[in-house]
Amino acid sequence: MSDHPNRPAKPIATRQLLHPSPPIFEQGSPGRTGASLPPLDVPAIDPKAHFGALARSEPPGLPEVSEVEVTRHFTRLSRWNYAIDIGLYPLGSCTMKYNPKVNERVARMPGFAGLHPAQPVSTLQGALAVMWKLERLLCEISGFARATLQPAAGAHGELAGLMMIRAYHQDRGRHPTKVLIPDSAHGTNPASCTLNGFQIVPIKTGADGLLDIDSLRAAADGDTAAVMMTNPSTLGLFEERLADAAEIIHRAGGLVYMDGANLNALLGKVRPGASGVDVMHINLHKTFTTPHGGGGPGSGPVGVTAALEPFLPTPTVEKDPGVDGAYRLLFNRPKSVGRLRSFFGNFGMHVRAYTYIREMGGPGLTQATEMAVLNANYLRSRLKDAYPLAYERPSMHEVVFTDKRLKRETGVQTLDVAKRLMDYGYHPPTIYFPLPAVTGGAGALMIEPTETETPETLDAFADAMLSIADEARTEPETVKTAPHQTAIRRLDETRAARHPRLRWTRQ
Amino acid sequence: MASDDYPDDLRYTKEHEWARVDGTRATIGITRFAVDALGDITQVDLPKEGEAVVKDAVFGTVESVKAVSDLFAPCTGKVVKVNDPLGDSPEYVNEDCYDEGWMVIVELSKPEELDGLMTAAQYEEYLKEQE
Repeated sequence: MSDHPNRPAKPIATRQLLHPSPPIFEQGSPGRTGASLPPLDVPAIDPKAHFGALARSEPPGLPEVSEVEVTRHFTRLSRWNYAIDIGLYPLGSCTMKYNPKVNERVARMPGFAGLHPAQPVSTLQGALAVMWKLERLLCEISGFARATLQPAAGAHGELAGLMMIRAYHQDRGRHPTKVLIPDSAHGTNPASCTLNGFQIVPIKTGADGLLDIDSLRAAADGDTAAVMMTNPSTLGLFEERLADAAEIIHRAGGLVYMDGANLNALLGKVRPGASGVDVMHINLHKTFTTPHGGGGPGSGPVGVTAALEPFLPTPTVEKDPGVDGAYRLLFNRPKSVGRLRSFFGNFGMHVRAYTYIREMGGPGLTQATEMAVLNANYLRSRLKDAYPLAYERPSMHEVVFTDKRLKRETGVQTLDVAKRLMDYGYHPPTIYFPLPAVTGGAGALMIEPTETETPETLDAFADAMLSIADEARTEPETVKTAPHQTAIRRLDETRAARHPRLRWTRQ
Repeated sequence: MASDDYPDDLRYTKEHEWARVDGTRATIGITRFAVDALGDITQVDLPKEGEAVVKDAVFGTVESVKAVSDLFAPCTGKVVKVNDPLGDSPEYVNEDCYDEGWMVIVELSKPEELDGLMTAAQYEEYLKEQE
């Protein structure tokens, strides 16, 4: 037990007046509209004459509602929601850190928000400057020669990285077929390999939760295109043998892909590009505070070493003064894997990430990493007696607990704890993941508080977790039937998965 | 753990699959322990008839409300029969993992491989060690 006194937490009973709102198609009245259009002042056309059999025979079944009905419908639904602006969002692996409002302010400046990507390059100089400078900053932070900002999310970055790895090998007349993936890597890694036509060779996690270097050595051969490592791994552990692994793979002729989704634990501490990693994607929406989880599109830039630069997607932004200004777009890259995204990626996210990095500066980013790791370890220390750790190693930015003790002593399981946390006012953590922690039948709770939470918030959350462990002993049924305070009670997840109803139909 | 959770006529793997040998064929499924750990199973993806399976290699996946898990083949051979009803009724695996919840029947190409698998007593001992 930590020396911090356990302040019993209580479920928060502050349910607002929440209005139900039926599907918008079930609201309104035939003929009702939210806008009044002027009379038709051009000749009416006959759709059948233009579109033949493709023409509609009857109007589409759109909702027929007034403006106030639309506004209330979506505002009501939004009040049932949970968001990082409402409270702690300790969803492990997802890095749900606070999104500073200055990012939004800058992204909404008319010079950025009002741009059209098809404008002449001479009128896009400011936007290209932001992209070029962001690329330089990301390369400085991560130790790579160049980066592409095109990928629209992390898994898209993986796809881009693996395409470049394949192009790199083919350029050397090689066609390796295998990618080695530790089972503590992100779940998207195998999917990205399959999309690129690579065979996956899983590498088991050792008893210490780290990559088993002997298994990696045994699997690496001339047919190995790459290893895909997530560091820190999804277990929240730092892969100490990254350099050894890189040497083994490089000697076999392969490349090292690092899933940089957990870069939030490494800023100012480790530069993967200078530690043997050849390719890495960076999630701007995790590490660099651009919104995600419904708040906005993702962005997954990919950094590469100089050897892979020729294969970067087109276009790249280059700084060399010419007729259009200081910056230009380079499309003529003969060895490029080609374009991977319309226009230049999710540009609004580039503006937000650039703003954040400039706000924080190098020392600020380093401190953010230190605080993220400190916060995770603080929760670890407060909770590890009630919720035994999956692995007894120092945690990085997130920590994986298990329900071993709770399940054995009370019958209460991970899912029950997650549901009960809602009654205490928190978004549940990631559960039953990562896989190495679940193997053997234990339930895993993966908690990532991020650096932006205060000591008071961390304590309140820890108190809630400990109170739930107490409740599991004194009133287990309350926990097993949670949540009780939410607008909707526990759902039948099994039935939803076995017999999903995916379409609304008019009764 | 009651011993009738692990029938004596089956052989077991460390990955929690079972095999029931009948002549040159083996029926394959997952154990009571695996089912309890997975929780409610929502989908079972199996190979097609005629496809080859290789001992210790992935031959399918099982998805529960908790996670998607790989299925590892306890033996090498060719799939001669698939428990198709699991497609619509994956709950059979939860309800009766040794009978109605079987997954595939394999024509064995290396029957001697089965000798390397655990007996029920060995498997129960293995589960105790894992705790």
